[in-house]
Amino acid sequence: MNEAGHAKDNPATATDGFIRIENVTKKFGSFTAVDDLSLNIRQGELFALLGGSGCGKTTLLRMLAGFEAPTSGKIFIDGQDMSAVAPYDRPVNMMFQSYALFPHMSVEKNVAYGLKYIGLPKKEVDDRVREMLDLVQLTPLAGRKPHQISGGQRQRVALARALAKHPKVLLLDEPLGALDKKLREHTQFELMNIQYKTGITFIVVTHDQEEAMTLSNRIAVMDKGIIRQIGSPTEVYENPNSRFVADFIGSINLFEGTVIDVSDGLVTLDVPAIGKPIQARADKAVVVGSKLNVAVRPEKISITRSKPDKARNAYQAVVNDLGYFGKDSLYRIQLPTGTVVSINVVNARRAGEHERVAQWDDKVWLSFDPSSVILLAE
Amino acid sequence: MEESTKGEGAFSRWFNSKGWQSIIIGTPYIWLFAFFFLPFLIVLAMSMAWNVGASPPFKFGETWPYLNGNNFLRLTQDNLYIRAFLTSSWNAAIATVLCLLIGYPMALALTRVHKTTRNILLMLVILPFWTSFLLRVYAWIGLMGSNSWFNKSLTALYNTLAPDEWTVRFIPMMNTNFAVILVTVYSYLPFMILPLFANLEKLDLTLNEAAMNLGAKPWQVFKDITLPLSIPGIIAGGLLVFIPASGELVIPSLVGSASDPMIGRVISDEFASARDWPMASAVAVALLVLLVFPMMAYTYFEGKAQSRPEEAP
Repeated sequence: MNEAGHAKDNPATATDGFIRIENVTKKFGSFTAVDDLSLNIRQGELFALLGGSGCGKTTLLRMLAGFEAPTSGKIFIDGQDMSAVAPYDRPVNMMFQSYALFPHMSVEKNVAYGLKYIGLPKKEVDDRVREMLDLVQLTPLAGRKPHQISGGQRQRVALARALAKHPKVLLLDEPLGALDKKLREHTQFELMNIQYKTGITFIVVTHDQEEAMTLSNRIAVMDKGIIRQIGSPTEVYENPNSRFVADFIGSINLFEGTVIDVSDGLVTLDVPAIGKPIQARADKAVVVGSKLNVAVRPEKISITRSKPDKARNAYQAVVNDLGYFGKDSLYRIQLPTGTVVSINVVNARRAGEHERVAQWDDKVWLSFDPSSVILLAE
Repeated sequence: MEESTKGEGAFSRWFNSKGWQSIIIGTPYIWLFAFFFLPFLIVLAMSMAWNVGASPPFKFGETWPYLNGNNFLRLTQDNLYIRAFLTSSWNAAIATVLCLLIGYPMALALTRVHKTTRNILLMLVILPFWTSFLLRVYAWIGLMGSNSWFNKSLTALYNTLAPDEWTVRFIPMMNTNFAVILVTVYSYLPFMILPLFANLEKLDLTLNEAAMNLGAKPWQVFKDITLPLSIPGIIAGGLLVFIPASGELVIPSLVGSASDPMIGRVISDEFASARDWPMASAVAVALLVLLVFPMMAYTYFEGKAQSRPEEAP
């Protein structure tokens, strides 16, 4: 699977990557955490490794930092083979999930720690620390100890400390994980801003697809030690290459279907779960009779009271359940076949409870454009 | 419901609101008062009494102020006491430092081995306690004797290293300060290892990774992270070794030098042989005031200084 991702992103194969991970395998006893994984990351990129727990993303990160050695395979950073390079000699700094701030040192001392053993003159160290504290807006707290500042401030200290050495690569382990929602949104943009200013290559490890999508230029979706798909957030979301990726990123309605007709750039499929055929745009070559997975994102389906005029895919159904989230609502709508479809409706208008597009047990029409349908071979 | 609440006495209301707390918190204080503070007052009073050839062998003055400070004056004038005090603190200090140097790597290793191995090793650290302390000191007497394999192998090692004219038949170990320190280190090592282990085990290893990630080599990680964060453990272990070691009686009596007595032995001799209870009490009080109180005060204020910022945010 990773081969596919490769070919698309690095036509010149594995020589132009700033960070090159070549056929890396890591085994812990009989458990294979990372399985023959190859990956290229470009300089200055904000790259996300996304996957559930145990998918190998953290192991991969720890191998980049040098805390774990690959069982086989090689890692190159800026053309240099990292196999024999100790963690303390790597041009890689890490922001730990727990931040791992030194509790007995002040904020300033924490930030300065990375500069301690590289033989910089004291004045330069002071300047660099000041610059870093400015960057994360923590100058007034320079003298505080980590337990005297808030969680969000600690996160910024950890970031400043990791950036102080001007590393070639910054590794971020679930950088927003411990922050509350408001702070996450703020920090996320701050991180992107800092990445833009410093030009350092960021590698973010996360299990949170939202974090991955908003932070990164490219995402590698990992599962069981391999990469299932690499692409921009839009690519991975709108054109997932497998059921796994489609299901992992965002929510999705998935059905199984059989191709019954291909004509005029449209594929018609018989989908027993829906009860009627579905028409999809022919993004890729399919043959009549082949079995495919049909996927539609909940926000790409609309609900109407009356039958939409020109819709190619329109089905009558009953509202089973609805959840109101403020900015949008989630409808669960049951088709006559018993299949339940999830639909997201953006609450674009200010409307009272009785003015909703549909209520419980209402008969409605759901419809979607053929271009919204994702066809997946696996 | 309301009536039953009213029906309960004032005592039970007091007990439920804060009484049980006071009892739990108060118990150690009552214990300390009854078994430390009161006896200490008795010893303090006795140290300022007169020595008489009667039973009990002391009496208080008949007129105000009923007490005298002669014993404490004697403490400062008689060389014996000052020397004993210095020998005790010196031996205890050396033993504490040696325990730290030996115990720290052991405690650190305990935190880094696999859990099952760790439990076995911890058991081994505590295992000597299952044999009588006295028996173990006697075992050392045997080992240090001039005809023991231990002494012979040390002698052989010394003779191969030292120039010919310095060759000895055996190393005189018994009845020296060296013997006292050796046996003290042996006896008190677990008291250093256990608090250190408890402290080191709590340290977050991610901090070590963070330091290493920031360019610190392993020994720099130790110096910058592990060592400063283990200071509370070092203090706890150090006090647990130093305080009992400075008042140690059995070890210096059995393996120590008679001409260079330690304070514990002086107290014991004054008390039992010389039957000078007031003098013995004065020495005990002086030991407490000079050695133990400053340390207790230090730990108290150190603890306060460390806990204060934690409460701040």
